[in-house]
Amino acid sequence: MSTDLHRRLGMTDEEFSQVGSILGRPPADPELAMYSVMWSEHCSYKSSRAFLKDLPTDAPWVVVGPGENAGVVDIGDGWLAAIRIESHNHPSFVEPYQGAATGVGGILRDVFTMGARPIGLWNQIRFGSLDNPHNRYLLGGVVAGIAGYGNAVGVPTLGGEVEFDDTYRGNPLVNVMCLGILQRDQLVLGTAGPPGSVAILLGASTGRDGIGGASVLASTGFDEAAATKRPSVQVGDPYEEKKLIEACLELYERDLVVGVQDLGAAGLSCAASEPAARAGAGLDLDLDAVHCRETGMTAPELLMSESQERMMAFVDPVHVDDVLSVAKRWEIDASIVGTVRQGDRLRVFHDGQVVADLPASSLSDDAPLLHRPVKRPEWIEDLWAEPTRPVEADLIDSLVELLGDPSLGDPSWIYEQFDHMLFLNTIAGPGLDGSLVRVRGTSKGLAVSTDGNGALCHLDPRRGGARLVWEAALNVAVLGAKPLAIVDNLNFGNPENPEVMWQFTETLAGLSSACTEMAVPIVGGNVSFYNETDGVDIYPTPVVGMLGLADPMPPLRGTVAPGMAILSCGPAQTPNLAGSAVQRIVQGVHGGRPTDADPDVGSASIATAIRVAHEIDGAVLHDVSKGGALVALAELLIGSRVGATLSATPYVHAFGEDPHRFLCLVPADSIEETVRIAVEEGTRVELWGATTGATELRIGQTNAASIESLAAAWRGAIADRMAGGSSG
Amino acid sequence: MKVGIVVFPGTNCEHDVAHALGLLGADTELVWHRETNLDGLDRIVLPGGFAHGDYLRAGAIARFSPVMGPVADAAAAGVPVLGICNGFQVLCEAGLLPGALIANRDLRFICRPVHVRVESTDSILTQAAKPGQVLRIPLNSYEGNYVPSDTTPSPTLRYCEPDGSVTDSSNPNGSTDAIAGLTAGNVAGLMPHPERAVEDFMVSTDGRVLLQSFLGT
Repeated sequence: MSTDLHRRLGMTDEEFSQVGSILGRPPADPELAMYSVMWSEHCSYKSSRAFLKDLPTDAPWVVVGPGENAGVVDIGDGWLAAIRIESHNHPSFVEPYQGAATGVGGILRDVFTMGARPIGLWNQIRFGSLDNPHNRYLLGGVVAGIAGYGNAVGVPTLGGEVEFDDTYRGNPLVNVMCLGILQRDQLVLGTAGPPGSVAILLGASTGRDGIGGASVLASTGFDEAAATKRPSVQVGDPYEEKKLIEACLELYERDLVVGVQDLGAAGLSCAASEPAARAGAGLDLDLDAVHCRETGMTAPELLMSESQERMMAFVDPVHVDDVLSVAKRWEIDASIVGTVRQGDRLRVFHDGQVVADLPASSLSDDAPLLHRPVKRPEWIEDLWAEPTRPVEADLIDSLVELLGDPSLGDPSWIYEQFDHMLFLNTIAGPGLDGSLVRVRGTSKGLAVSTDGNGALCHLDPRRGGARLVWEAALNVAVLGAKPLAIVDNLNFGNPENPEVMWQFTETLAGLSSACTEMAVPIVGGNVSFYNETDGVDIYPTPVVGMLGLADPMPPLRGTVAPGMAILSCGPAQTPNLAGSAVQRIVQGVHGGRPTDADPDVGSASIATAIRVAHEIDGAVLHDVSKGGALVALAELLIGSRVGATLSATPYVHAFGEDPHRFLCLVPADSIEETVRIAVEEGTRVELWGATTGATELRIGQTNAASIESLAAAWRGAIADRMAGGSSG
Repeated sequence: MKVGIVVFPGTNCEHDVAHALGLLGADTELVWHRETNLDGLDRIVLPGGFAHGDYLRAGAIARFSPVMGPVADAAAAGVPVLGICNGFQVLCEAGLLPGALIANRDLRFICRPVHVRVESTDSILTQAAKPGQVLRIPLNSYEGNYVPSDTTPSPTLRYCEPDGSVTDSSNPNGSTDAIAGLTAGNVAGLMPHPERAVEDFMVSTDGRVLLQSFLGT
């Protein structure tokens, strides 16, 4: 075999020789293909594994932690929730529609593989400035891809977040999270089961699409040749996936499978080896039995293909006929492709010959583990030394400018393209702090918030990481839910850059400390490295997906009406605007060291918000995040066309983004009760003002703006820019 | 009263429709698209979703599903048949309702509440409503832009402003004559989803009057 095949497959010489020593001989091409995808950064986490092992992943309610297809937690009364988050950054840049669409398809499979019915999707998307027509093309394509797949597959998209910053201009971020629910006895794991179990490949036929997606596309940086990688992007078929979901759920319901593994990155290589390794068994895999969409595929192509909408089911021989008939009823294809064997060998047959024979566990367990160098960037001190109190500007002008910024303005141009009502469980949907869905047949609700803030994390990845966790927790708390578990999606630059590894380790430290302090486990995650273009790394952009449990459900959120008190709850204000939206957008500055999270204040805020949501009828709670308190209030006023009068407000109080703050609008006769709850929980409360029947926002003696003018700025933030056309 | 809810591969609103009709006291049964015996059904609903993936064109393949012949026979025999969203598209493709539904004017999927005005109460869809009544019901479609044929009757529901006036800006998808719902005898179709407006936490409970009309209760 040629000596440079491994390099073309993205392997180092060192990794190549390690394969040789595992096998005791040079690998055959199909074997090399399998190792190259399974040992890729995307599949093996070789740069991050050494650091991830210290994350807090345990709690009494964790049923399945990191390492399986999705994390699973116990929500009581025999019900479990499964969550998972994944990135599809590089495919979405190369081909935005299909990249985003297949990201949705992949995350759904991760969740229904566990036996869960997917009930909601959330997306976290980041692009360069919308003033650039190519970024408008990317946003339009990604949103259409999420809509095209998510709507048609029949799972509602319930929320998410969008940000625009030129750090992402050559490398947009597309992260998608999925939540599923299941009854405890339907939990399925990715195991091959005992020897004799039969492997049945279900769903779409296998083709040459997506070959090398994990290794070639997801595990290297980008340059001007990115478009030539388009053939490595998979193509999605939501219709096939919808049928696959229904078929699999019937298999679980009837207890016809012993284990299931989806085919995502690394395709058959992964779906054959990982379940066998988990079962401590071997597997004979017959590539000749795989149903294909094209002829003449070679063994490496079959093993590396990332054709979408495929699942591998492991079945007791007595149930094989039943499984095939379920597949037939749902009109999906099924092929018997393998048998679980004693021992540990994965043997692959093609054209009747053994073309690969290797220890199944070596593909996952023996993957390289790198201890990449970590170096604190020298420039971080310079950044921190920058002044954090910008020149005072006009309050109203700044507010209008912030509301009109696409990262802060009305996101409905995006979410109104997503079905966010299917299943009739959406109590709180997109456009709010978080989402809340009811779990029918129980008294429970599940809340989800997904949060990221690359600009903040760039200034201080440790504090930024911690603040994201607290932010997401407060977002579910204002919906009346208690934080239960998180998943994280760690989007970073090139791990071969020691400064990127410093950002990565600092972020993990921040995430870890916050999770430990609030006793919320991390039950799964995804690491996406090599988010760089032409050697420039993106801001470190961790994304946190928080699951919260409301049991019982709180009363329905109130509506904003004239005559309500506006309470600002949370920490004392610091004069620090470092990392805030107003600093970047209005002042054109990005520096200083952001305020750190405060676990005591944060816990008190969460406890207060949960109690107010449950105990004060008609209360409207809103987390304060990007843009600060005045932007948060303006959002409430715009949504309800109600005015407000506020006491004179210093600039840093209006736009500061200190963590743990939320607004609480309550009927005037509930002020006392609300304050009592806050005092009991140890939260500072400030009476900031009141809503009015007038159609303007008045701040102190001198500042006023009509609600309509604020609404106009906010509403056009994305929609008006997207009306400007795009170019591919 | 037994309502059959037809499920094509790719249909996704069948359980929502069953839930909403159940709240109104109806007994429902899911009917797989290969079923050809519809005996015993007093009402038939074709719910929303993406039948056969909406490949080729929404409803274009579904009209050939085995269940559709018996659906047409039942309609001819007087069984009330209602198509919601994708079901409306299927009924148009099958020729049980006139006209066609094409891509929205702005070429984007639309999921949001819209207002519709009851134009006529002489319909299985609106017989319990008041003439001119304005309903707020979620729309959820990419191909919701109605194009009439020569036989299109006067509309049952039209998109409107909250005050009931019909304007260009209240027409979300470019439908001719702002048509949101139609009736031909005992067959009716509409693009908005009445099952998404039946409980207190939803955008409204205005969908109830349409489903009650259909059930004749």
